[in-house]
Amino acid sequence: MTVTSVDKDVDALTLTLVADFAAPVERVWQLWADPRLLERWWGPPSYPATFEEHDLTPGGGMKYHMTGPEGEKYGGWWRISSVTPPTALEFTDGFSDQEGKPNPEMPTTEVRMTLTGHGEGTRMELRSVFDTREQMEQLAEMGMVEGMTQAVGQMDGLLAN
Amino acid sequence: MVVDGLDETDGVDRLFHALADATRRDILRRCGRGELSVSRLAAAYPMSFAAVQKHVTVLERAGLVGKERRGREQLVRTDPDALARARRALDELESAWRARVDRMSGLLTEAAGPGTPAKGPDR
Repeated sequence: MTVTSVDKDVDALTLTLVADFAAPVERVWQLWADPRLLERWWGPPSYPATFEEHDLTPGGGMKYHMTGPEGEKYGGWWRISSVTPPTALEFTDGFSDQEGKPNPEMPTTEVRMTLTGHGEGTRMELRSVFDTREQMEQLAEMGMVEGMTQAVGQMDGLLAN
Repeated sequence: MVVDGLDETDGVDRLFHALADATRRDILRRCGRGELSVSRLAAAYPMSFAAVQKHVTVLERAGLVGKERRGREQLVRTDPDALARARRALDELESAWRARVDRMSGLLTEAAGPGTPAKGPDR
């Protein structure tokens, strides 16, 4: 079992997940810090991610898109608020519009990730917080996240009205 | 279906409008911990009973709370569907991250280094 615990707090709009990996901290950090590795796990296999920008410094960020089976592209971004290599990272995770600019109509989550040595391996603790309850419901309504990307266009259509 | 589409848009508009107000979000939080009467709610805010009742009506029309008359009291409770939607968002986020963690774990095994094949047919 890689994921050792999950806590979901509906009132605090928070998901906390703890995972243990059989690899040293530095190698788990590389999965975040190396864009070529990051894009191999960030998106689901049917929607592989391509990171066009990857700047892991405070105030910097990521720009990426995922490509669907039909060749359709869905963009996203991160904004890094703090980074302590190789053990901690905090960022805002959001969606982009068709032009690749952050889409303010779409939900964002604040992500905090920490890595600590745990026995021979590494423990990763990840906390993801929605800004507001309405964002959380918005995400659920669209049935997104893993299969989220298909819904982005649909949602833009709804919000354009 | 044009009619369905319109209904859905209205529903989203109502939901966003209902949630765009701090008092209404606070009412939702309070009622999420159990049903409350409108008069109990009214006592919690520096506004009239009628104003609180109006907020409750907006939440009700957005499908976020249910209202029920019991005796002389009107009871308000968080709509279980809305709460279920919020839970679903966390469930989906959880499954997205579980899948990511699995892929991360796979990469770490795969990248264990040359000379240590993770799986071999002859092993």
